[in-house]
Amino acid sequence: MTIEVKVATKPSSQVTDTAPAAKVVARNVNVHYGDKHALKDVSVDVPQRSVMAFIGPSGCGKSTFLRCINRMNDTIPIARVSGKITIDGADIYDSRLDVVQLRARVGMVFQKPNPFPKSIYENVAYGPRIHGLAAGKAELDSIVEASLKRAGLLGEVKDRMGDSGTSLSGGQQQRLCIARAIAVGPEIILMDEPCSSLDPIATARIEELIDELRANYTIIIVTHSMQQAARVSQRTAFFHLGHLVEEGETSDIFTNPHDKRTQDYITGRFG
Amino acid sequence: MAPQSHIVSAYEAELAELDSKIAHMGGLTEQQLASAFDALVRRDPGLATRVISSDQTIDTYNREIEEKAILIIARRQPMAVDLRQIMAAMKVANDLERVGDLAKNIAKRALALVSEQHPKALMAGVGQMVDRALRQLKDVLDAYAERDAEKALAVWSKDAEIDALYNSVFRELLTYMMEDPRNIGLCTHLLFGAKNIERIGDHTTNMAETVYYLVKGTPLTDDRPKGDNTSSTVIEPKRS
Repeated sequence: MTIEVKVATKPSSQVTDTAPAAKVVARNVNVHYGDKHALKDVSVDVPQRSVMAFIGPSGCGKSTFLRCINRMNDTIPIARVSGKITIDGADIYDSRLDVVQLRARVGMVFQKPNPFPKSIYENVAYGPRIHGLAAGKAELDSIVEASLKRAGLLGEVKDRMGDSGTSLSGGQQQRLCIARAIAVGPEIILMDEPCSSLDPIATARIEELIDELRANYTIIIVTHSMQQAARVSQRTAFFHLGHLVEEGETSDIFTNPHDKRTQDYITGRFG
Repeated sequence: MAPQSHIVSAYEAELAELDSKIAHMGGLTEQQLASAFDALVRRDPGLATRVISSDQTIDTYNREIEEKAILIIARRQPMAVDLRQIMAAMKVANDLERVGDLAKNIAKRALALVSEQHPKALMAGVGQMVDRALRQLKDVLDAYAERDAEKALAVWSKDAEIDALYNSVFRELLTYMMEDPRNIGLCTHLLFGAKNIERIGDHTTNMAETVYYLVKGTPLTDDRPKGDNTSSTVIEPKRS
């Protein structure tokens, strides 16, 4: 992997105003999958304790970029990442960095809920156990309970913690996955289209949850639903053909985007 | 540069229909104002009555535009320029509806004044106001149709001219009333008529602000030059 240390100033097209304190800072990030240049020179600041939405058409690079933030692209042999990404100022592509630790700090929730084929309790207890976060059973129990509560699921499952995670409804499964991510005490939660397989009620529950979680976590959500991005996020970044075209306050992006490509995309004029 | 079309052609058609309704409503409103003043000058009760009854059509347009806009919002969840267009259509329709009401009110006064003698000089002042107001109305509707922020800005800053005319008509009418109390009935009606036109000018500048926001995405924030100072005007009677 090549790691460039140069820090270039952001091109003016990417800056619409000044952001609050940044948790994640990306500078000139490029990703290649073999010959394919999937992400081109992306620079962005993700403010802490807020929700940033990544939007853009399929194949625009938004998920690729999301996966750079917890080094999920490391698992793809042909992927090559260059540029610099820091969390709280520390380079996450530093060769001395423990990737397992990084992924505990940067949790991830996927498009399809993917609970382990284990009990509800075990789904949440698994992470804290392998990371050695609990000294005993009592402490583990309290972590599981607190995580389920924070994910808004405890009330619905507390009487059947031994049931399989896969026996829950889709929306409940997704909240279980969020509880599982929270259980290891992350600072950042990445969500890759977390509601795309959920009905509107389950979606509303997740959105309500995201709104609560942002008090304690930095959340980055990739979504194909413009309305969802408008509803849940404080800032929005629009990706197109591997470029970060425009990033700014969500209220601005959806009422008065500066770039014509953003305007065409969010108003349904592409193609 | 003309914007690209929507992928969903029905959406495109819905937005186009909204604009077309505004154009029709605007044209009708201009016509109402011109006819109301015509009825006043020519002392034509038939025309005045027609203006009064046609106001319903303008109200119907306003209602239709509002319903259409709400339906589009519910159906399409518009964003960015589309959202601004829909909000602008609702606001412009609302202002046009008010302009229609004010024109109707002038027609009612025309009806009341059918049997009165109108001194030409007094009509000239009000006539000039109507001409300006009509030109402003036409320009702002063009600005809306052409999405021309500069034209909207020009309309916005030219309202002061109508205000200045109103000030002089106001003084003129008051002087006239003082000269001969028999003029008071006529002059009071004309004064309200002139005030109506001044109000129409204000609605036109509202529309100009709306068009500016529609095109630019940012509101017009500067204070508009205002010229109507009749609220503080005092005319001393001549002591003889």
